[in-house]
Amino acid sequence: MTTNYLILSGLLFSIGAVGVLIRRNAIVVFMCIELMLNACNLAFVTFARQVGNLEGQIVAFFVMVVAAAEVVVGLAIIVTIFRTRRSASVDDANLLKY
Amino acid sequence: MNPTIEFPTIEYATLAPLLLVFGAAILGVLVEAFAPRYLRKSFQVPLTLLSLIGAFALVIVQVVRGDLPTGPVAMGALAIDGPTLFIWGVILVLSAVCVLLINDEGHFVASAASVPGSADEEGAERAGHEHTEVYPLALFAVGGMLMFPAANDLLTMFVGLEVMSLPLYLLCGLARRRRLLSQEASMKYFLLGAFSSAFFLYGAAMVYGYAGTVSFAGISQAMAQGALLDPLLLLGFSLLGVGLLFKIGAAPFQAWKPDVYQGAPTPITALMASGTLVAAVGALLRVFWVGLGNLDWNWRPVLWVVAALTMMVGAVIAITQTDIKRMLAYSSIAHAGFLLVGVLATYDTGAGNAVSLQAILFYLLVYGVATVGAFAIVTLVRDPGGEANHLSRWAGLGKRAPILSGVFAFFLLAFAGIPLTSGFFGKYALFTAAIGSGQEAGDSLGAWMTGLVVVGVIASAIAAFFYVRVIVLMFFNEPAADGPAIAVPSTGTVTVITLSLLVTVGVGVFPEPVLQLANTAASSLFIR
Repeated sequence: MTTNYLILSGLLFSIGAVGVLIRRNAIVVFMCIELMLNACNLAFVTFARQVGNLEGQIVAFFVMVVAAAEVVVGLAIIVTIFRTRRSASVDDANLLKY
Repeated sequence: MNPTIEFPTIEYATLAPLLLVFGAAILGVLVEAFAPRYLRKSFQVPLTLLSLIGAFALVIVQVVRGDLPTGPVAMGALAIDGPTLFIWGVILVLSAVCVLLINDEGHFVASAASVPGSADEEGAERAGHEHTEVYPLALFAVGGMLMFPAANDLLTMFVGLEVMSLPLYLLCGLARRRRLLSQEASMKYFLLGAFSSAFFLYGAAMVYGYAGTVSFAGISQAMAQGALLDPLLLLGFSLLGVGLLFKIGAAPFQAWKPDVYQGAPTPITALMASGTLVAAVGALLRVFWVGLGNLDWNWRPVLWVVAALTMMVGAVIAITQTDIKRMLAYSSIAHAGFLLVGVLATYDTGAGNAVSLQAILFYLLVYGVATVGAFAIVTLVRDPGGEANHLSRWAGLGKRAPILSGVFAFFLLAFAGIPLTSGFFGKYALFTAAIGSGQEAGDSLGAWMTGLVVVGVIASAIAAFFYVRVIVLMFFNEPAADGPAIAVPSTGTVTVITLSLLVTVGVGVFPEPVLQLANTAASSLFIR
């Protein structure tokens, strides 16, 4: 039954999205975004099974690569900002506003 | 029987511009790895510029030869049609011009890894180090920009989106002055950008679940046969919309734009404001016109509200800005709204679509060129601590640097859409297309489109107010005694400003050739 997997994927995606909105630490926010990407992967693979072609599985591979590249860029940015401010909280970075 | 694998066919000649840019970017990475530090810049700059100009020449060759592919290329991954080639040409010109700005001294940090204000940073600056990595990063971003609007399926589009965005996240954080702002801009852009691309991807998954394929042609076909009120499809198109509207900076997803534009190094801001917007609008058109064309009764009201909101938010909030780059960012939001009017300005497939597509392409070109010129001037007005971005510092600039201020005023008038500037014909073409498309429909749609144009005109009037306010500030105020210094522009910056000015004036007086070109590009419409 593929529906269960879709429900799980929806749940993971929602947990990730809510996490991005309510968590303060940039690393945790970033992990939540990764969770959302993985939820996408699960949805793609499930649909691939449901519709019976391989496109969804291929997409999942690409998403993994993209997510890995995103980790590299994201961690570089977050580490730089941590070294500057001694804090990775997204609330502390508040010079740019209005 | 053993299953056989067919060799994929790749149309190398058609894809040459894209491959050239990516190839040069990879070569640039190799230069970073193997060339000694003092030689790198003398390799990177010609490599970057030549590849962009070469790619542009290849686009021109394709246009002149006129043998456009009639179907998608690279096994259906990319669609190289008239609009794509026009968008490619625009992106390549704009990015080559931005590279001239990037090439200027003093925009990028000497050592990104050093903590601001530390001895490391000072040492790196004294040693004259610089990050030549910005050139390959910019090339990758440009490659992504070329791929994004040419994508013919959701997977290629997602990859293009990320290849475009990831280098830009990094480039935003590399400003030499005001590094805290720059790093903050980088982090905000990264977190929000990654968040929005996750939405895009989940939308793609939902649409895949509905249609059983990620190619736009397949999605369109599935919609022609299947139910249009399938929750998977509705959810999918909303999430895809979130991802794309974020990239063009449409309200309510515009919050990142002012912060990022203000914090990023100005040449990168110019690249984002011109190239990224062009690419994202191209991708938006492809998703909404080609992929989800059959769903237009569902996305039309949503986009109507988004377009009206974007124009008003951009124009109204810009009035309260005190930072020149932030003000230009809100102006860019308002312009994204005007472009959305064009996206909506379609009804039947065919002639009506070509008219609005032509208007959009024309607008992208003239807006992109004027934006790059305006940001090039912003780089020249400097305080001891970096660029003088606060508007109060621009008071009386017209008395101290009349030519520079005059040119800047001209770009602002072009943004406002005053006659005899290119911006006027851009807005005129867009709004005419919007009103015209409504009339053809022959039902309530016409009234709605006229309403949107009215909102657009009001937003333009509000926008004109804050553009003119800057002009008044520059020319009718007394200069402060300790006013900002006007840096002596480098050859590159002079070239950028002259080119942008010539195009803005030229197209403003003789729009016909460019409109013709856009029309030829648009008349073939998007291939499926």
